[in-house]
Amino acid sequence: MVVGKLTFTKPEREKLAKVLWLLNWISVLTGAILFSLGLFLKVEIERWQEVMSEGILYVPHMLITTGLAACCINFLGGKICLDCTDTNKFLRWKLVMMPYIICTLFFTSCILAGALMCYSVRSQLEDSLALGLRNAMRYYKDTDTPGRCYLKKTLDLLQIQFQCCGNSRYQDWFQVQWISNRYLDMTSSSVVDRLRSNVEGKYLTEGVPFSCCSTLSPRPCIQQQVGDRSPHFNYDQRSQQLNLWRRGCRQALMDHYTGIMQSIGLTVLLIWLFELLVLTGVRYLQTAMENVLRLGDPDSEVDGWILENSLAETARSNFDIIKNMGKCYQVDNDPNINIPTAAEQEVPSRQLRIPVTS
Amino acid sequence: MVLLKIKFTQQRRVHLAQGLWLLSWMAVLWGGVIFFLGVYLKTELLRRAEVMDNTEIHVVPNILMMVGLASICTNWVASRVCQDSMDSTRFPRWKVPLLAWFAVSAVLCCLLIAVVVLSYALQGSLEQSLKVGLRNGIRFYKDTDVPGRCFQKETIDRLQMEFLCCGNDNFKDWFEVQWVSNRYLDFTSKDVKDRIRSNVDGRYLLDGVPFSCCNPTSPRPCLRYHLTDNNAHFSYDYQSEELNLYSRGCRQALTDYYMELMNATGPGVVSVIFIQLSVLLSLRYLQTAVETAMVLEDPEGDSEGYLLEKGVKETIEDLKTNALTILKFGQVDPDAAEGSSEAADIEKDEKDAPPTPAS
Repeated sequence: MVVGKLTFTKPEREKLAKVLWLLNWISVLTGAILFSLGLFLKVEIERWQEVMSEGILYVPHMLITTGLAACCINFLGGKICLDCTDTNKFLRWKLVMMPYIICTLFFTSCILAGALMCYSVRSQLEDSLALGLRNAMRYYKDTDTPGRCYLKKTLDLLQIQFQCCGNSRYQDWFQVQWISNRYLDMTSSSVVDRLRSNVEGKYLTEGVPFSCCSTLSPRPCIQQQVGDRSPHFNYDQRSQQLNLWRRGCRQALMDHYTGIMQSIGLTVLLIWLFELLVLTGVRYLQTAMENVLRLGDPDSEVDGWILENSLAETARSNFDIIKNMGKCYQVDNDPNINIPTAAEQEVPSRQLRIPVTS
Repeated sequence: MVLLKIKFTQQRRVHLAQGLWLLSWMAVLWGGVIFFLGVYLKTELLRRAEVMDNTEIHVVPNILMMVGLASICTNWVASRVCQDSMDSTRFPRWKVPLLAWFAVSAVLCCLLIAVVVLSYALQGSLEQSLKVGLRNGIRFYKDTDVPGRCFQKETIDRLQMEFLCCGNDNFKDWFEVQWVSNRYLDFTSKDVKDRIRSNVDGRYLLDGVPFSCCNPTSPRPCLRYHLTDNNAHFSYDYQSEELNLYSRGCRQALTDYYMELMNATGPGVVSVIFIQLSVLLSLRYLQTAVETAMVLEDPEGDSEGYLLEKGVKETIEDLKTNALTILKFGQVDPDAAEGSSEAADIEKDEKDAPPTPAS
């Protein structure tokens, strides 16, 4: 039972070939779009790479490789479809068509995988950001340690640009020593008291860095003793709300990247649907041209299909082929084995008695 | 004496028309580019309009936009003239409009040169405008409860963080202004009372800056208050501390930014001047060559194209007399009456003159 049978006359075949040629060239363009989307995502992720503990760079890399593959495969497809208008030229491509279609099917599924990755990477990104931001805040003060000296600048610029403070909220800064010991007067009693009152000997304050300050606040920014209302004059609830950025940087970055990846994912899905359409068209063209060759008459009306037998039968036959491929060198099916030959059927050689005449 | 004569065969005329058609469409494109450059420059200036005192500098993007649009129209007309130039029935109707076209095109080139000159000449005006605007912004920084000034704090904070600058000339400008509002000052506190008393105008001045002056590249957490007091902070020297705050003033930062923007548009404007001039010259040659060819007995033969029929001086004098004639058109001319009586006298003399010996 044939799957998706359609009949094609000669002019219809030629039209199909021309349309597919055009669609293949459009696919080259969409492949370039896919490549540039991957590149854009890579640049965006690398910009804030320092506050992520592990990379999610495999997503843009997948998009970049499938984009390049799309350009090459569809370029070849365009050439093939152009030649399919003429039966003689089709003979050149006859053997290449099937592998080409299998390759296209494989890379189309890669596009789908890329699109789904964009949506599924969310939870991994969140964990990565939580850990990365926690480390960045811990090493904020280490501007003299090689390898960590730029974390202060990165975190400050992040908080200013995304209008966020801390990991989940600004109170995260209260649990971290973000002022280096180099700038603490160890002879001062207040400093020594603070250090002693902490179990691990860390200098913790109810203060935040300047980058947490909100530009929307009507009063000059209060960075020290943020939680306590009494040291500051006229510091009411509303002032406190507006003083610092309320959002956590993890949430801010999640929103930023989720937005980007959702739009990219949607575009990639649309590209995948388009590629599927092109693939179906090429399959019909291939089967139609092969039937033309089988019938021998180039002007006749022929059938084209997606699968010659039903899905189950095709799967079974392919599975058998794969099973039998492995049995290449096994001798079980060799018909010449285990059948006794004439030589074997002979009785073991008698000893010839040569009469001795003397 | 004809100016810059060139001989044109029919083939050359056709090539000139085709080349000029392409060139004029390119000029249309460049006109569009100039228009968008003007729009971009204007939006950038409008974005920071709150820290500018006057809008004199806006004349540069305004002219760019106007010239861009005019250039699109005139060069489109030029392309239509090229299309009609090969058709001898349609070309004559362009005779008079072409004169107007040349005038408009020359005016456009002059305007473009003026834009280049203005963008350098107005730098001083821009700086002055920014100086006054920023001074006001810093003075009204604390007035977040006064309608009409409540946005100044946010504007100045965003500006300082985006352009990496502090104050008007440098961060010390903040020491001369009360940027903390009285609403947030505890007037019962001794420290506040001392400070206010020590100032002549009763203002609360301190040697501190807002948080937006802080430099993220500094290795130590930002020091914002008691900046002139070395003892207020551990391991701090006011004179040698460089990275703590932004060292550049916002006036300098903004002026540099806008000058860079206008310099970037410079090459585009210069290339449009060249393209417009070449369209002008080529169209003049095409016009004269085709007109000369149409007058000849053999329209397909060789003709001469030139820039000016007479020399430069003579053409200017011709234009002057034409203009004067047009102006004097409605006047009764006493000179004309005298001239006609003189002419009559001369005729009479000729008649009275002794007959020629021939008779």
